[in-house]
Parts: sequence; C-alpha cells; structure tokens
Amino acid sequence: MPKWRMNQAITAAIGDEMAADDRVLLLGEDVGAAGGVFKTSDGLLERFGPDRVRDTPIAEMGFLGLAVGAATCGFRPIVEIMFAEFAGVALDQLATEAAKLRYLSRGAFTAPLVLRMSVGPGLGFGAQHSQTLETWFTNTPGMKVVSPSGADSAYGLLRAAVRDNDPVVILEPRNLYGEREEVDVEAVARHRIGEARVVRTGGDLTLVALGQTVATARAVAEAASVDVEVIDLGTIYPWDVATVTASVRKTGRLATVEANPYQGGWGADIIAELHRTSFADLRGPAVRFTCPDVPTPYARPLEEAYVPAPADVAERIEQWVSTGEVPAPWWQEVLA
Amino acid sequence: MSDRRDESMARRSELADPLGRYRRMVEIRLTEDIIKDLFASGLVAGTTHTCQGQEAVAVGVASVLRPTDMVCCTYRGHGHALALGMPPVAVLGEILGREIGCVGGLGGSMHLSDRDIGLMPTMAIIGAGIPIAAGVAWAAQLRGRDDVGVSLFGDGASNIGAFHEALNIAALWKLPAVFICENNLYGEYSPLAATTSVTDIAVRGTAYGMRSQIVDGQDLEAVMAAVGDAVGHARAGEGPTLIEMKTYRFAGHSRSDLATYRPEGELEAWLARDPIVIEGERLIAAGAATADALAALRADVETGVKLAVEAASASPAPGRPEMFRHVTA
Repeated sequence: MPKWRMNQAITAAIGDEMAADDRVLLLGEDVGAAGGVFKTSDGLLERFGPDRVRDTPIAEMGFLGLAVGAATCGFRPIVEIMFAEFAGVALDQLATEAAKLRYLSRGAFTAPLVLRMSVGPGLGFGAQHSQTLETWFTNTPGMKVVSPSGADSAYGLLRAAVRDNDPVVILEPRNLYGEREEVDVEAVARHRIGEARVVRTGGDLTLVALGQTVATARAVAEAASVDVEVIDLGTIYPWDVATVTASVRKTGRLATVEANPYQGGWGADIIAELHRTSFADLRGPAVRFTCPDVPTPYARPLEEAYVPAPADVAERIEQWVSTGEVPAPWWQEVLA
Repeated sequence: MSDRRDESMARRSELADPLGRYRRMVEIRLTEDIIKDLFASGLVAGTTHTCQGQEAVAVGVASVLRPTDMVCCTYRGHGHALALGMPPVAVLGEILGREIGCVGGLGGSMHLSDRDIGLMPTMAIIGAGIPIAAGVAWAAQLRGRDDVGVSLFGDGASNIGAFHEALNIAALWKLPAVFICENNLYGEYSPLAATTSVTDIAVRGTAYGMRSQIVDGQDLEAVMAAVGDAVGHARAGEGPTLIEMKTYRFAGHSRSDLATYRPEGELEAWLARDPIVIEGERLIAAGAATADALAALRADVETGVKLAVEAASASPAPGRPEMFRHVTA
C-alpha cells in the first residue's frame, strides 16, 4: 500500500475520479497551473487539460455558482475553496441554492458537487485562516458534510463524495496535508458518507473525534491509563448515530474532542442525542473537550493552548473516571 | 406528469404566432390579477411579487429560446414561467400550496420550476441565479452544444457581488450566456437613483468587456430582436451579452408594498406604455387582428384563468410525507 501525504491522496482521488468519469471537473483558485496552494491537484491540469481543470478568478461566489449551474446540467464539479473562511462569501450558493434545488424541483434539478476546503487551527495562520466552521454547514438539510482524518479517509471520502448525488462539503484539516498515511486505494468502500469508524477499541470510555482531532484522540488513548475507544466520526452531517450508540452501550462513558469553539460545536449535537436515546447506558454526563469561545490566537503558546492537547485531555479523563467528577473546560480556571 | 409536459410544450409552441404571443401577455396580466385577489383574500401565504407591466420581456425572451436552453430567473417569476409554457393551473396551484402546483406546493410563489420547459427553480436571493446561469452556459460550452444559459434579474441585482463575479467569468471564458436585466426602476422600495451609481445598467457590461445593449422592454418586438440576436451570438460561440430592458412594474415590490414612494405621474406615464396595448395596436395596424377579436381573445383567456383557479383550488394540499421527499437523493 502506498504511504501518501494527505495532499497526494487528495490529488490521487481527484485524478482517479476524473479518469473514471468524464463528467468530473475541478475548479478553484490556482488549482490548475499551480497545482493547488496545498498541492492537492498537482499535475492534474497536465493530465486532464484546461476544460476539466480550471483556474478561476478570486471570486468564490461566482465560481461556486458556476459549479452549481454545471452540476444541474450533469457535470460533477469538485470545487476547491482554499481556506474555509473564503466560503463565507459564497455560502449562499451552497446553502440556499445548491442544497435547495432538489427540493424546489421535486428532484428535476440536482447539484451533485463537491466543495473541498482546508480547515482548522494549529499552523499559526491567525484568526481568519484557522477556523473549522463546520457549523456553517451542518444545519442545512439538502447537503452532506464530511471531514477526513488523514490520507486514507481523505482518499476514500473524496471518491465517495464525487459519486454522491447531493452537494458534499469536505472539510480538510490543513495541518494533515503533509502527514503521511497508508492509503488503501482498493478499499474505497471502507469510507462511506454517513459512516463513522471505530479506530481503536476500548472498554472504559468512548471518545468521538473528527478530522484533526482523531490524532489527538489516539494520543489520548495511548497516554491515558483508561481504556479509551476512539471513533473517527468522518461524517458530521448526517452523523453515524448507530456506531456511537453501540460504543456507548459498551463503555458507558462518552466524550468528544473538537478543534472548534465550545458553543454550538458538533459534539453538542451528538451528546444531546445520546442523552436522549442512551441515558440508561451512561454512567454520568457526557463531556466535550473543545477550543474556547475565542478567535484563534496567533502567538504559538496561545494557539497550542487553544487546541485540545492530548496530555491535558488524558489527565482530565483519568481524573473523571477515577473520581466521577465531571471535568469542566480548562479556561474556566483562567477566567475565574 | 407527461400530460403536463405535453401541455407545456404545446403552449410553448404557441409563441411562434404573433397572436399567441399577445395572448400569453394577456394571460400573464390576468393570472396576476387573480393572484392579487387570492392574496387579498388570505389564500396566498407569505408574499408574492407580480410582474405586471413587464410582460413583453417574459414573452419576448421565451419566444426566442428553445426548451433545451435553461432560464434562471427570480422570485418575480410568474410571467416567465407562464411565458415558457407552464400552464396557469400549475402556477396558481403552486402559489396556493396545492398538489397540482408545478412542484407540488412545496415551493410557493417564489419557487416555480419545470425542467421540461427549461425553467430552473426561480431564486429568491437577489443575484443568485446569475452565476448559476453562467454555469449552465459553461456546461453547454464544455459539451460542445449550442444551448444557452439565460439569467433574468432586476436592476437591484446589478449592485450585488454575484452579478459582477459572474459577468467577469462569463466574459473571460466566453460563455454562451445571455444576461437580461429587467430594469423596472426600483430595487425593492428604493428608486434606482438612490442605490445605483449609474442610470443605465448596460454600461456595467462594458466594464467586463461584454457586449451590452439597452432595449425598450415595453416593446415585444424589440425584446425579441435583441434577445434573438444575443442568443444567436451565444450559440455561435461568440460569448455573452448583457441586455438591459427598460421596463416598469405597475405594482409595488411585493403585495405588502403600496408603492407610495413613486413620484406623481410616473405610474400613469408608464401605464401609457403598457406592453399589451402597444402590441395590440401593432397587431391591429398590421391587419393581423381587429379590436373586437382582441377583446374576444381577452375574454377567452379570462375564462381559462378562472377555470385554472377553480382547478387549483380544488386540488388538495400536499400530505405530510411530501415534505420529507427530495431532500437528498
């Protein structure tokens, strides 16, 4: 199996889908001649030509709208938004146009497009280039939202997204673009939209992670004396209720680790639903480990503190399991 | 729904005939009269936006397009839907939220659509359809087909980013698109001069190196000539055109707007340029119809629209399971 960087896996997935289906297009800023600023489309212009690999002006609303139009006519555009923040100026085309076309035409017009964007803190990009922003996308029926945790799921989820008949948003943690992982190109079916994966089994606590926090959760599991089961959520909308429920039934404890602010993060939805359906299985309240409700700070020590750290999460989990005392967010001590 | 399709296609072909076009303009006017009544009686929820006064644009555009061309227009879309061939019962049924509506009552007044006649879901976000129509044109270009993407929008939309981004890309990529601005002099409740730095929207096309034209939107033949030319240009692979239709909405922005902000005499001046009257006089002058024949035609259309209202009103509201269909594949 090849051991690819995540950006190589993304390039391979786009290339494989474009080779398999000539309706697949790629467009975005610098995706062609430059091969993508994160090198997620290196060599694709040379391979597929400018009709199918199209550099666009810096005009996200414009080129996303073009992709929506092309998608209604049978194409399967993959649109790259360089940083998730740039989707802000194009959100209408996704949430209010693409996600509504099927409903408003009783299925006659659909927008099977893929919207890829880099997300997440940790690289010193500052407050306007470090957000995950999944909440911009996860309260809009009519589309799907996924986030890979490395090269393997980036490859699999991207191929699944291109084949999906609805708009799919892919939130790609940009701190993973350069990370290597074995990619099983023969087993694309392991990564289905809407399916979470148990990536480490354990008996004491279910720790649900997404994207860049899957590595955090694995490190927590290695560091903690508690036997942690790690779930890579993979898809945020619609998220895999069955897999999380089965795990909680076994472990009796639930926590999430998130690279986003506390208020309204994806973990809140999971915990609310599990409290409703699996209250009897839980030995206590579920807990979320997230970033604080502040913009991403730039100074390195602050950004390191901003993102949930494996050692800190491991320590709080150990204390929680041994004492039964539910851990509070770390920043409450700072603000007290 | 193949009966609906056959009916729509037959109605579309009626536009080949001058009297058919006149008849369609009358139908739009009378259908919207009924819509205003239905709204006043509380049978239409939310809001509704009429295009009375702008009928020549709707019918002129539809007359020169093929059903395989795709039209992306706005929430002021009743006229365009009817012009493209949608039967009045499908429009009225949708506005009343009934099963017989064009999308089963799930859309409402602002969201009409029918793929068979090339009508994309009408969009209720200002400017949203402009890049989408450019994308439809891009698809045709990539496939080597000579279909065109047509975007219809108001003067207010020429101030929003989507307009500028789409025009730039369309000109840059030489897309087979036709951008038609229905300049009815008001963006919602505000007069053009209060919101827009230019008087003629067409000049904005030249900023993007796009051929642009100003047309009398009250004159059906002028509309057809200009749009026909732009469509031919696009089909020939020569790129997009921006057409500004100088027109006027006889009513306010929406049904809750009494349009008291209009200067005295403005409405009267535009009523004197009623596109239906202009076309009727032309038909009579050309010997294609008599005044009596046009009056009879109008009475006939009125009967048809009344029957459509009855049929739409008799149709049930969609059942609860319908709201869960067509959300995702």
